[in-house]
Order: sequence, then C-alpha cells, then structure tokens
Amino acid sequence: MLRYIVRRILQGVLTFFGATLVVYALMFANQNDPLQALAGERPISEAARAALTERYHLNEPFIVQYGYYMRGIFTGDLGTSLTGRPITQLLDGAWPNTFRLAVMAVVFAALIGIVAGVVAGIRRASIFDHSTLIITLVLISIPIVVLAPLMQLFFGVELRWFPATAGANPTFYGLILPAMVLGAGSLATYSRLTRTSVVENLRADYVRTAKAKGLTRNRVIGVHVLRNSLIPVITYIGVDLGGLMAGAIVTEGVFNIPGVGSQLFRGITTEDGPLVVGFVSVLVIIFIVANLIVDLLYAVLDPRIRYE
Amino acid sequence: MRGKTAIKISAGLAATALLVTACGGGGDDEAGASNAVVSVEVAEPQYLLPSNTNETSGSQVLASLFTPLVDYDADNKPVEVAAESVTTTDNVTWTIKLKDGYTFHNGEKVTADSYINAWNYGSYGPNGQNNSYFWEKVEGWSDLQSEDPDGEEGPQKAPEPKAKTLTGLAKVDDLTFTVKLSAAFSEFKTMLGYTAFYPLPAAAFASEGVVKEDFEEAIIGNGPFKMKGTWQHDSQIEVEQYAEYPGDKPKIQGVIFKIYQALPAAYADLASDNLDVLKTIPTENISSAEADLGDRFKKSAASTFQFVAFPTYQQEFSKPEVRRAISQAINRDEIIKSVFKDSQTSARSFVSPVVAGYREDTCGVNCAFDAAKAKSEYDAAGGPKKITITYNGDGGHKDWVDATCNQLKTNLGIECTGVAEPKFADLLTKLDQKQPIGMFRMGWVMDYPSMENYLGPIYTTDGSSNYYGYSNKQFDTLYKEGVSAATPEEAIAKYQAAEDILANDMPVIPLRFGQNNFGHSTKVKNVEMDLFNRVNLLKIEAA
Repeated sequence: MLRYIVRRILQGVLTFFGATLVVYALMFANQNDPLQALAGERPISEAARAALTERYHLNEPFIVQYGYYMRGIFTGDLGTSLTGRPITQLLDGAWPNTFRLAVMAVVFAALIGIVAGVVAGIRRASIFDHSTLIITLVLISIPIVVLAPLMQLFFGVELRWFPATAGANPTFYGLILPAMVLGAGSLATYSRLTRTSVVENLRADYVRTAKAKGLTRNRVIGVHVLRNSLIPVITYIGVDLGGLMAGAIVTEGVFNIPGVGSQLFRGITTEDGPLVVGFVSVLVIIFIVANLIVDLLYAVLDPRIRYE
Repeated sequence: MRGKTAIKISAGLAATALLVTACGGGGDDEAGASNAVVSVEVAEPQYLLPSNTNETSGSQVLASLFTPLVDYDADNKPVEVAAESVTTTDNVTWTIKLKDGYTFHNGEKVTADSYINAWNYGSYGPNGQNNSYFWEKVEGWSDLQSEDPDGEEGPQKAPEPKAKTLTGLAKVDDLTFTVKLSAAFSEFKTMLGYTAFYPLPAAAFASEGVVKEDFEEAIIGNGPFKMKGTWQHDSQIEVEQYAEYPGDKPKIQGVIFKIYQALPAAYADLASDNLDVLKTIPTENISSAEADLGDRFKKSAASTFQFVAFPTYQQEFSKPEVRRAISQAINRDEIIKSVFKDSQTSARSFVSPVVAGYREDTCGVNCAFDAAKAKSEYDAAGGPKKITITYNGDGGHKDWVDATCNQLKTNLGIECTGVAEPKFADLLTKLDQKQPIGMFRMGWVMDYPSMENYLGPIYTTDGSSNYYGYSNKQFDTLYKEGVSAATPEEAIAKYQAAEDILANDMPVIPLRFGQNNFGHSTKVKNVEMDLFNRVNLLKIEAA
C-alpha cells in the first residue's frame, strides 16, 4: 500500500510541473498586450507602459518569465497580478468561498443523487425509477446559465426564501441556493451512475450467495451492493469536485460570490498572466489531490486494486 | 404580487431598525444627520489613488472620500468647492486659493503643498500613473517623461527623466499656489473637477515623491466621508461621515460600496431590496425595469458618445461624399428603439449635449435618415460595394452593429458585415498598423465637461484618440484658437465653428448619446447621478 501511495504522489509532482508549464506557455502565447487590456478602451501612456513593463518583466523572453514564476513558487511568493495585488492575497480571498461552495454542492448532489439512484436501482421500472429518469434528464439538459438566474429570480427575488446574492463573506444559508444550482448537474449524473451500478450488482453472483446465506435484505443492499456500486460514483465525484471548483464561473457570477471562477474569468479577459497561472496552479494541485484520494479510497473499497 | 408590498415594507423596516442599532453607538448625532447607511453598487476598483483612477467604480469611491477644487453646477459650469477662488488674467498663470478649514481625515491641514506634491507624483512618468496626461498642459510636464530609446522590447531601459517636479507649480503661501501652463488654455478651471486633481496628505508619502505601497488600502482624503477600516477587496468598501468636514454635510451617516462581479447579480439584489443604488441597469433588464422598480427606475444625462469612424487613410472612404451617404442610410432612431430599448438617445452632433456650447443637430442633413437620397449619392460618389464594421466583441456591440449593417445592406444595396475583434486593444493594434479594417466602432466618455474634451482628443490631427487619420488644417486652427481664447464664451464660438467643419467632412458618423439608467431601493430617496456615472452622495437621503 505504501509503495502505491508514494508512486501516486510522484506522478502527481510530475503532473504539476507539466501542467503549469503548459498553462504558462498558453497564457504567454495568448498575451497580445496585457497592459492595454488593463487600461481598457483608453490608450495607455508611454511612461505608464514602460513602468509597468519593467515591473512585470513583460519584456523578458518566455523561459525567463517562467523561471521568475517557478522561483516565486518555491519561495512561497506567487507574484503580483497586473492590478498590483499579491496573488496569494487574491487566493486567500477566493479559495475559501469556492471551496465551501463546491463542497456543499457535492454533498448536496451526492446525498440526494446516491439515495435516489439506489432506490431507483432496487425498484427498477417502478414509477419512482421512471420519474427520477425524467427529472435527471431535465436537470442535465438545462444549462447552468439558464438555471442559475431562474432559481435566483424565483427563490431569491420573488419568493425571498433565500438571499438573492451571497456576497463576499457568504453565510451557510446564503450559499444553499448557489450550491444547489451548482450541484444540479452533478446530482443527475450521480444518480444515473448509482442506479446503473446497483442494477448491475444486484444480478451479481455474490449477491445471490449473500441472499442464499440468509442475510437480511438491508444488509445485502447496504453493505454488499452499495460498497461495490460506489466505486464508479466515487471516481466521478473525485473528478467532479475539481471540475466544480474550476467551473463555478457562472454560478459565482450570478450569485456575486468572489471566488476562483470570477477571478479566473477576470484574469483571462484582462490577459493577467500571473493571476491565471497562480490560480490554475492551485487548481492543478486540487485535481491531483482529489484524484489521489479517490485512488486511495478505491484501494479501501476493493482490496484487489491495492496489489496491482 | 399584492402581498409583496407588505413584505417589502416589513423587510425595509427591519433593515432600517438593524441599521439604526448598528450605528447608534457612534454618538455624534449633530446637525440632525440621519443614521442611515446606504449601499451603492460598484465593480472592484482597479486603483484607489486619484492620479491612477480612471474608471467609474474607483472614482465613485474617491468622490466620497475627496472634495474637488471645483465641481459642476446644473449648467455644467465649474463652481468652487475646496477652492476659495481660481483666477487668471492671461489663461496661462492660474492662481488657486484654498478655503481655510479643510483637513484630511487624519487631522492634517489641507495646504498648497498637499496639491503640489500629489500633482508632481501623478505627472512623474516613471510612476506610471494612468492620469498623468492631465498635467500635460502644465509647464515642465515633458521634462518628467522619458522614452525608452529602443522601444519596450529592447534591452535598454528608459533613462531617468530630466526633472522630478513640475516647474509650473509654485507655492505662494500655505493656502495659495499658482499653476503656470505651457500655453494659454481658457478652460483649465473646468479640468480641475476631475479625479486626478485631488490633493494627498503628507501621510501618503513614504519619502519625497514616493507614495506608500499600502496607502490605497486605507486612503486618506479631504472629503465628507472617511474610510471605515480598509478596502475589502472583491467584497466592499465602507465609508462614514467625517465629523470635522467643513463643507456641506451629507444627509446619511455612511455608505457601503458593495462590490459586484456582474451587474445582473446587483440587479437581483436591487429588486429584492438588498441593495440601495444600482448605477447601471444591465441591458437585459432594461425592458423589465419599469415593471420591477416603477418610479425607482431613473434616467439622467451622461457624457458617453458612440460613433462609427472611417479610416480616412483608406482609399474607398477618403471621399466625404461617401461618408455622408453612409450616414444618411442609417436609421438611428429605429436601432435605439429595437436594440437599446430607448436606453440611449440619437446623436446628430459631434459633441455631447452635456457640455456648454452643444447645439442640436449640427450634423444637419448628413445625419437625417433618407434611404433614397443616400443611395443615389452613394452610387454617384462611387462608394465601395463591400464594407465591414469592425467592433470589439467583448463590449456587447454585436447587436447594434449587425442592425446597422442590415440597414446599409437594404438602403444602399451593398454588402456589409460586422467583424468582431476579441478586444478593443486588438482593434487598436490593427489601426496602429493602418491595416484595412474598414469602418469601426468607437466611443468617448468625457473627462471634464467642455467641448474641448471632445473636439481635441477625437478630431484634431494629433488627437490622442484620433485613430482614423482625420486631419483638417482649418479645424485644427479653430480648435487651437478656442483653447487659447480669452474667455469661455469666445472659446465656445471657435469650437462651434470647428464643429461645423466636421459636419461637412464627416470623419465619423455620430450615432448615440448615452444616459445613466439607474435604480434605487425603497429605502432611499433623492438619488441623483452626475455626468460621470457617479451617485451624488451629498443629496441622497434615507426614505
């Protein structure tokens, strides 16, 4: 098991360097004139341009800029964004919000999705099964750009059950609505995955054996079927958590939560290289860690995997 | 819907009660000022330093923290606020006398040095301040700039400028200083209302000519409000009344500038009474705003001017006849109705209606929609069969550009396509290289209310925003005569004569004048907005 963990961590380190290099190169290639982008529609003065170019090393070649960046990472200094604010400070402000939002979304989606999936799997072809199929299809097919403002208008502005926007220091209550919106798509996927998996495992030999041994129905389903059915779902949740953090742009915008999504969006539109690379580096780390945890959970759920 | 009003009122009462208890501890209830704290929507400001702030969110916050030397009255003429008087005899040397009694929020007295130091910092090239060009007209400005000898890509660094301070600024006594311009400029007093000309306290400087790095986080001004705590990035900026402020007292206790990433979110907060003032109603909500907000949806004049420009250096657009015909083929009113839902107004002049000297319809027959006449004149002048209108795709211009193109197609019988560049900067790059990009969209927001601020940058031969290569010697002469005229009235006469030349040459097609479309909650009243898209915080009151 230990060898397995160490190998996975080393792979993660390599992935980190590869991914940041690619992102940095892409951002570099995409930069036309970040200083003009920062200044908006007004021409930037020669003096201001010279001063800022100097400050952000914009006149240096790509590899030197990447070098500055890597040196910064190892000294715990992620540099400053083109607006002059330190990236670490931006990260401090953005990560907690997005992390809470994403975790709430995953918990919400997993709770409802898995329960609905299990019930639908056990009572295959029942009314419950059919209605969850329809509901999940509807959820998957409504894009979040439509769902988010709709929910906000209905529950926030008209009914006023929830605050219309969550703001910068959101309360748990304020995050419920955005988390539900963000988790809606995942919820549907979780429940479909769980259902298929449960249906498949119910037919497996070990279930028949367990039943033949005279185990109660609850124990067969709760321990034997569920444990094996969760493997594909957990894999998906692991990848999804990273995806939710990166993909919260729309939700964060609609509910005015200053998080990773909105910062990244701003960084890309203003060609703010340091900001984008800083945030993406952290995203990469989260993806790597999430996947590492998933792999370890695998090994816990299915002992065969850890001996591979 | 009927039940909603009751809910709104009770929510409003509850919120007011909360605010009252929250601010009750302050204790200074003098002059009967209300305890209300009002929330105002802003975007995250880029900077909060007068010489570096040139977008509306930052200048809205700064406007609460600072008092300008002059402000503008109902006719947009300058009136003294922090200044006792601004006088000149020759339009070259200006004497500025300060009112006594103004202090910065840290107790420091506002003196002539507060202005001189701030202005020197702002205009010194290597400080890279966005507003440094505002001091261009002051004597000695060019000595504070330096150019990179081999361009910014080259290995050499720009040398240090020749001087560190403007020779045109001189202190007379503690409350008086003079500004000497390098050439006569009759409207210098009007300029002084701009954000860039606020003073800075000695506490702002780490050493001579160097502003402290974190000064922006808790900036100290001379205005009616002072900063409460620090700038909470991406979240909010809170200000409260400054007790020692000698000028007109605001009618509210404080303001929370709530920072929004996107306008629709702010609109949702406004509609549910969680936000008091939204300065710009997002376009997608304009048509429903009347129903959502009733008489709390307001409109007022703004200085924006939108137009389409011709690259006059391109052969096919070099003839004024062609440019006039294209202008006549555009039905401005229809586009404003269908695309902008009447949130802007038609433009038929080359300067905005908000400046003194504006005349309606100076463009005359050239901006009057007449499809038949346009077609015959266009064909006679031999206009191009294919034209494009280039715009920046990030600014929401697609709809009206496409609509304009469709009108040109129908009315002139030519091909027309809208071409999107990802960003305005990309468009500028292509223009710099004189690439044939066809017609393109442009806009202008004024810095100070004067015809000069439109005519100079957009239309003179070396104007800072003249990207279309328009050059008319006679126009330039009239403009210069206006700038150096003895009185504002004389200046306006010259400017108007210059504008008449534009009507004939048509280097650009005026399309629309902007307006502020704003809304407020049930908790506030007397909400007014100025020409710079800023809420007047001295007038606003709790309802």
